[in-house]
Amino acid sequence: MDTKAHADETINHITPYRIYVLVWVTLMVLTVISVGVSYFHFGIFNIVVALAVASVKASLVALYFMHLKYEDKITWVFALYPLGLLALLIGLSISDVFFRAVVSP
Amino acid sequence: MEGVEKIEHVHGHHVDPVVEYQSLKFGMWLFIATELLLFGGLFAAYTIFRAKFPEMFAEQHLELNKPLGALNTAVLILSSLTMALGVTSIQRGKPKRLALFLLLTILLGLAFGVNKYFEYSAKFHHHIYPGTSIFFSLYFTMTGLHMLHVFAGMALLTTMLVLTLRGRFSDKYYTPVEVSGLYWHLVDLIWIYLFPLLYLIA
Amino acid sequence: MANHTIAETITIPYLEEKGLLSWLTSTDHKRISIMYLLSISTFFVLAGISALLLRFELLTPGKTIVDAHTYNVLFTFHGAVMVFLFIVPGLAASFGNFLIPLMIGARDVAFPRLNLMSYWIYLLGALIILISLSKPADTGWTFYTPYSIRTGTDVILLTFGIFVLGFSSILTGLNFIVTIHKLRAPGMTWHRLPLFIWASYATAILQVLATPVIAISLLLLIAERVFGIGFFDPAKGGDPILFQHFFWFYSHPAVYIMIIPAMGVISEVIPVFSRKPIFGYKAIAYSSLAIALISFFVWAHHMFVSGMSEVAATIFSFLTFLVAIPTAIKVFNWTATLYKGSIDLKSPMLYALSFIFLFTIGGLTGVFLGALAADVHLHDTYFVVAHMHYVMIGGTIMGFFAALHFWYPKMTGKMFNEKVAKIAWAFVFIGFNVTFFPQFILGTQGMPRRYADYPPQFHSLNELSSIGSWILGIGMFVMAINLLRGLFNGEKAPQNPFNSLSLEWQVPSPPPHENFEEIPHVTDWTYGYGKKSA
Repeated sequence: MDTKAHADETINHITPYRIYVLVWVTLMVLTVISVGVSYFHFGIFNIVVALAVASVKASLVALYFMHLKYEDKITWVFALYPLGLLALLIGLSISDVFFRAVVSP
Repeated sequence: MEGVEKIEHVHGHHVDPVVEYQSLKFGMWLFIATELLLFGGLFAAYTIFRAKFPEMFAEQHLELNKPLGALNTAVLILSSLTMALGVTSIQRGKPKRLALFLLLTILLGLAFGVNKYFEYSAKFHHHIYPGTSIFFSLYFTMTGLHMLHVFAGMALLTTMLVLTLRGRFSDKYYTPVEVSGLYWHLVDLIWIYLFPLLYLIA
Repeated sequence: MANHTIAETITIPYLEEKGLLSWLTSTDHKRISIMYLLSISTFFVLAGISALLLRFELLTPGKTIVDAHTYNVLFTFHGAVMVFLFIVPGLAASFGNFLIPLMIGARDVAFPRLNLMSYWIYLLGALIILISLSKPADTGWTFYTPYSIRTGTDVILLTFGIFVLGFSSILTGLNFIVTIHKLRAPGMTWHRLPLFIWASYATAILQVLATPVIAISLLLLIAERVFGIGFFDPAKGGDPILFQHFFWFYSHPAVYIMIIPAMGVISEVIPVFSRKPIFGYKAIAYSSLAIALISFFVWAHHMFVSGMSEVAATIFSFLTFLVAIPTAIKVFNWTATLYKGSIDLKSPMLYALSFIFLFTIGGLTGVFLGALAADVHLHDTYFVVAHMHYVMIGGTIMGFFAALHFWYPKMTGKMFNEKVAKIAWAFVFIGFNVTFFPQFILGTQGMPRRYADYPPQFHSLNELSSIGSWILGIGMFVMAINLLRGLFNGEKAPQNPFNSLSLEWQVPSPPPHENFEEIPHVTDWTYGYGKKSA
């Protein structure tokens, strides 16, 4: 096994500068959108837009800046598993806080 | 094993450089997972209290300086760009360019810190403290913990800058730079959620 | 992969180089494991003494030796030190560190310097906890709010010490996960790994993912005391039960951090001393991962009577029953391994068999507690105390002692006195049951836990339990003396005294610094007993 060639394959996926700049532009546009929307009152839609935009931005940072798009499966597992656990923590705690019986005095 | 850089080894054993690179990256992703869960507790608290006290959040978030928050968001996103460009630079064998990008990233981090200093000072000036209300408890703990991580990230990147200037990195060996970059992007990522949750949502 | 020639110096046994500094700065995983072993054992003794004092107070109703406040301090100390300084680092930091590289055919862990740093962080955490003793906390090791916010004792230092310890746990877990993924020897596929490795892997996942949540919980508790934030304070709009949610989101998986490595030990000891391959290798391997997953779903079963919603409580009760399934799978497979085996009742095996018996009792009583309706009566009674000690002593400690006796020759290069070991075991086994079985009865009769006093009808069972604690103490003392004597007077140990097939027994006792002269190429799994081995 030629170690250098093998090393080159596994290590050297190099993201070109322009991809990064493209991602950055997208992130800035999304930021402007989310800030813009926040000045209007769309009710529940405000939260939906804000979180959706944040999630898209986070995904772009993770996939491109953090190179997750090119990482192996086990890295994906350990990157995503915490999010599942958080969903669990938040979801089940909320199921408690919001389904408590009101105790009348 | 000609052509492959020998990684500095501990007490005499030789480590395959590919395994070392993959291990360090994997290790950093695991550490990132722990940070996600650390902040996750705060996000859980946020969700619960927001659902319990919607008016408090609607009212009090207006006290936050949205333009400054948005500026900070732009600063951090730009710093992620400079960090990523730095990594590509060293992958292409350009350590001087890496040094420049690292410096820019650090300076942007500093700018973030300075902005936050102004924000916090303004709050204290108006007698708004962590204990003032649940909303501000969340605001200070979430942004405060985040700020600590910004400082940690800056310390890490400064170390990388010093090592770069000493000629430690090349296109054959740059693992610590890439891994430090991952940490810095995490700091950005957390702020990407903090900003809308605290500043934007009514 | 090319064979490396290793310099002469690398084959020196790892115990050879003398001097405290050489130990404290060593990145050799075997040295680090011994340092952990000695540290956790010291804290075990300290926390054990506080337990003996507790049981002495409970020997008679009314005040026996201490007042109520001191009693509260004692059980807080016992709990916090046992949990955070002994049992959570426990088997993973000590035996995990020693065995993982050897069992997978590696020279060390993935990040040896990080490993050493984890140990220093552990010592730092321990130091902070010891300093907090100047105004020792009286909240119980669970730090429930609002009392933990209001009490004048030093909660901040104690919880900060635990926060620091959390880093040690996280970094160790991280190290082990990367090690197991990346440093296995050629031919050591996942399905050829010893079950102790599968157990260590599952434990490491829990360490990495659960510990950050207690970190943030404790930080928030400190922030409540220092900055007056109000997340857990009803007076400020907060919710004290929220603290319990955060606390138990970690602390339930934590109990699996405590038990899974011990189960891994049992999976190693039983086949060796039955001279049979382990029955159901894949079932046991994957059940460890299943426990690691499901353990995250059940935390609020510690909170059924806290005032939480009944809807949520019902959900958690159901989920709690699920987590018993993978554990039961293990017990069935161990038993099937024993069936028609050639049983050799050496001391490691005695502890392993005790584990199966005692842990089953502990586990089953856990199911009683998981049933919502039963728990309403049993919560915060001695039934819970008995359950937890059956799983932690009857489970983890039995596993720990089995490991101590099994790998003693490998780690020290000496043999201990087998007959004395068996006598010590008898005292431990009998003493343990006499101490804790009566507590099940006391619990169902309604005696509450964490009380310095009790009504006279509970006297005789308490007396019995306290006497049991002395028998248990004597047994552990004799065991410790025996193992220490072996270090000085014991016979030199052969390379493989128990004829085990796993890799750690294919190197000298004690192993050299670099573990293997040449990294082995693995062609068969670890459990080929009774077959002509490869």
